[in-house]
Amino acid sequence: MVVLSGALAAVLAVAACGGVGSGSGAPPGGGAALTTMGFGFPDEIATTRADAFKKAHPEVKLTVNQGQFDEQAFLSAVASGNPPDVVYLDRQLIGTYAARGAIQPLDDCVAKEGIPMSDFYPAAQQQVKLNGKWYAVPEFYTSIILLVNDKAAKEAGADPKSIDTSDWDALAALAKRMNKVSGGKIRRFGFYPKLPEFLPLWAKANGADLLSADGRTSRLDDPKVAEALGYAQGLLKDQGGWTRLKAFTDTFDYFGEKNPIAEDQIGMMLTEQFLVTSLASTSPDAKITVLPFKDRQGNPVTMVGGNGWAVPKGAKHPDVACQWIKTMTSADTWIAAAKARAAKRAQEGRPYPGTFTANAKADQAIFSQIVKPSGHKPYDDATTTILGVQEKGFVVPQSPAAAEFRTAWIDAATRVMQGRQDAKAALSQAHQEAVKALQAAAG
Amino acid sequence: MARPLSGLARREARWAYVFLLPWLLGLVIFQAGPMVASLVLSLTDYDLISSPRFVGLGNYAEMLEDPTVATAIGNTAFYTVLHVPLALVVSLALALMLNRVTGRAAGFFRTAFYLPSMTPYVAVGVLFLFLLNGQAGLVNQFLGLFGVDGPQWTTDPAWVKPGVVLMSLWNLGSTTIILFAALRNVPRDLYEAAMIDGAGPWQRFRSVTLPMISSALFFVVIINTIAALQMFDQVYTMFFGNQTAQNSYGDAALFYVVYLFQQGFQFLHMGYASALAWLLFAIIAVITVVQVKVGNRLVYYEAEPPGGTR
Repeated sequence: MVVLSGALAAVLAVAACGGVGSGSGAPPGGGAALTTMGFGFPDEIATTRADAFKKAHPEVKLTVNQGQFDEQAFLSAVASGNPPDVVYLDRQLIGTYAARGAIQPLDDCVAKEGIPMSDFYPAAQQQVKLNGKWYAVPEFYTSIILLVNDKAAKEAGADPKSIDTSDWDALAALAKRMNKVSGGKIRRFGFYPKLPEFLPLWAKANGADLLSADGRTSRLDDPKVAEALGYAQGLLKDQGGWTRLKAFTDTFDYFGEKNPIAEDQIGMMLTEQFLVTSLASTSPDAKITVLPFKDRQGNPVTMVGGNGWAVPKGAKHPDVACQWIKTMTSADTWIAAAKARAAKRAQEGRPYPGTFTANAKADQAIFSQIVKPSGHKPYDDATTTILGVQEKGFVVPQSPAAAEFRTAWIDAATRVMQGRQDAKAALSQAHQEAVKALQAAAG
Repeated sequence: MARPLSGLARREARWAYVFLLPWLLGLVIFQAGPMVASLVLSLTDYDLISSPRFVGLGNYAEMLEDPTVATAIGNTAFYTVLHVPLALVVSLALALMLNRVTGRAAGFFRTAFYLPSMTPYVAVGVLFLFLLNGQAGLVNQFLGLFGVDGPQWTTDPAWVKPGVVLMSLWNLGSTTIILFAALRNVPRDLYEAAMIDGAGPWQRFRSVTLPMISSALFFVVIINTIAALQMFDQVYTMFFGNQTAQNSYGDAALFYVVYLFQQGFQFLHMGYASALAWLLFAIIAVITVVQVKVGNRLVYYEAEPPGGTR
C-alpha cells in the first residue's frame, strides 16, 4: 500500500505541477512523429492499414506501443503531460473520458481531414459522440448473434436452423435439453446467455432500455429489465448454477483449435461475431449455425460494440494523429486490409467470413466484392446472418458517467447470478448508484 | 534516563546513519513527498485531468456513506485474519523442517523453499486461476482423490477469499527464511540443558525455541499483517485484470487496495482514492501500534537495546 500510494501520489504530484499539454516543444502537428497506445499488429488487418499510413506519410516517425489499452497507463500519461498522440480504446469508455477532458473533441479534425462520419453505422456514430461533439472515430463493428453447435441441437431434438429465441419458455426448455452434467461436472453448457455483459441485449429483447436516449436518466428500475435479468438468471440456475458454469467457461480456449464448439462444450451461446470469424480459421469444418437473436416479438436485435480512435488531451501531434485516424478507418484502407485477409485465407484453404468494420461504405465493398462463397456453407450463411442483423444494432447511449453506469448494472447482474440478491433488489440498488453517478457527472 | 553513548557506540551510530542515508533520501524524495501530496489531494475533488478542487473533508465524509468501503474493509479483514496465522504456522513448520536438514541437501532445500517467492505476483495470480478452477483445477482434482467434491474457489463468493488465502501460501519464502535464520541462532546449549532436565521435544519447542525466536515471530506477524492489508497484485490479476474478469466476479474479491485503484484509475476519483489511501494508512498504523503494545509483553529480546530502559 505504501508503495502503491507512493506511486499514486507521485503521479498526482507530477500531474498537479506539470499541467496537461505542457512541455510540447513541437508546434501542433508540426513534428513528423506519431505515438499510439492500445494498438498492436496481431494480423494483416492491422499491418495492412498501418502500412498504408506509412506509405502515405513516409516522413512520420511512427511508434506503436503494442499492447491492449490500459487505463492506468493512459491516464498517468495524460496526467503527466506526456500522452500518446492517438489512443485505441473501447468505445464504451469514450463518454467518461470525454466528460473528464482526457480526450479531445475531434470536430476540427473531422472537418479538416474530411472524414465522412456519415459513412459509419449510426450505432457506431452514437457511441463516439457526446453532447453533439465527435470524440473518436469508430473502427471495428461487433454485433451479437446466436451461435449454435449443430451436434448439441440435434441431440436435443432440435433443428438448428429453426431455433427461435423469441419464445422464452421454449428457449429455456431447449437450453436444459442441450445441457450436459455428469459426475457433478458440467460437460456441456446448454445455452450461454452471456450475462452480465449482455444484460442490455436481454433487456432490449424484453422491450426495455437501461439508459434514456440522452444518456442522462437511468432506466435500471424498469420492471422489464428485472424480468429479463430474472429470466436469464433462471437459465443459468437450470443448467447447474452460475458458479459452476463460470468455472467451466473459464476453461474454454475460445480462439484456439480446442475451442468450445470443437470440444462440444457449448450447445449455443450469444457471442460477438468475431468468435465466428475466429472459428472459420481454427475450425473451418465445424458444424455450426449462426442465427439472429430475436426479441420477444420475433424481431432480430443486436447490441453493437467495438473500439475507436481518440486523441488524448495534450497530444503533441494532433494533426498527424488525425491523419492516422483517417487512414485507419477509411473505406479504401479497410478494403485493402480485407483483400489481404481474403488472400491469406484462400492460401490456407480456410473460409473468410469477412471483416466487419464500423464503416458501412467499406463493408458494402468488402461484402460485395471481396468476400466470396467459400464452400463452407455454415460460414457463408453466417456472413449473411451477421450482415442482416447489423442494421438492427443498438448501443447503450453514451454518457458522461459511462464507466460508473456500466459498473452499476454489471455488479447488479453479478449479484443476481451469484444468488446474493434477486433481480428486482439488485437493479433497484444499481439504479440508485447510477442516479448518483449520473448526477455527479452532470455536475 | 538514557545512558550516554560510549565513543565506540557513537562511531557505530554515525556509520549506521551513513549506511541509512540512501534509504532515508529515497524515503523523503519518493515516499514522504508524494505522501504529503496525496494528503493534500485527499481534501480535493481531482480527476487527474482538471485542476484539483478543494472539498475539505468531503471525501472522508463520503467514505462513511459508501457501502463499498465497508465491503472492501470486510473482505480485507477476512483475508488478513485467515492469512496471517496460517502463514505463520506454515512458515514456522517449513523453517523447522529446514533446520533439521544438514549437509549438502541443506542448500538445495533452502533454495527450493524460497524459489516460489521468486515468481512474479501477476504470474502467481494467473497460475492459481488455473489451479483453483472448480471444474478442471488441480486443487479440486487432488481433493477428489479423497472423495471430496471441492468448492468453486474462483467463482463462488463464499469460497473466493479462502481460495486467495490458499494462494497466498505460495509466497512464504521470505517469512520462512527469516524464521529459519532465527532458529539457527538459538544456542545449542539451551537445548542441551533442557534435555538434561528431561524436557521432551514439545517442551523444548515450547520453552526454548518459541521464546528464543519470539522477536522474529513478532516481526513477521507485523510485516505479514501490513502486506495482507495491502493485498493487490495477485487478486487484481485474478479477478479484475481485464474487462471479462471485471464482468464476472462481483465484489467477493474486492480488496481495499483494489477498490482504491478502481476509484483512482477507473472512475478518475483521485481525491477520493487518496482519502482511501489515508484511511488504510490510519488502519495499518492503529493495528501496528496495538501489535507492538501486545508484542512487547510477549517477546523476549536477547540483547538490551543500546541506551534502552527496558
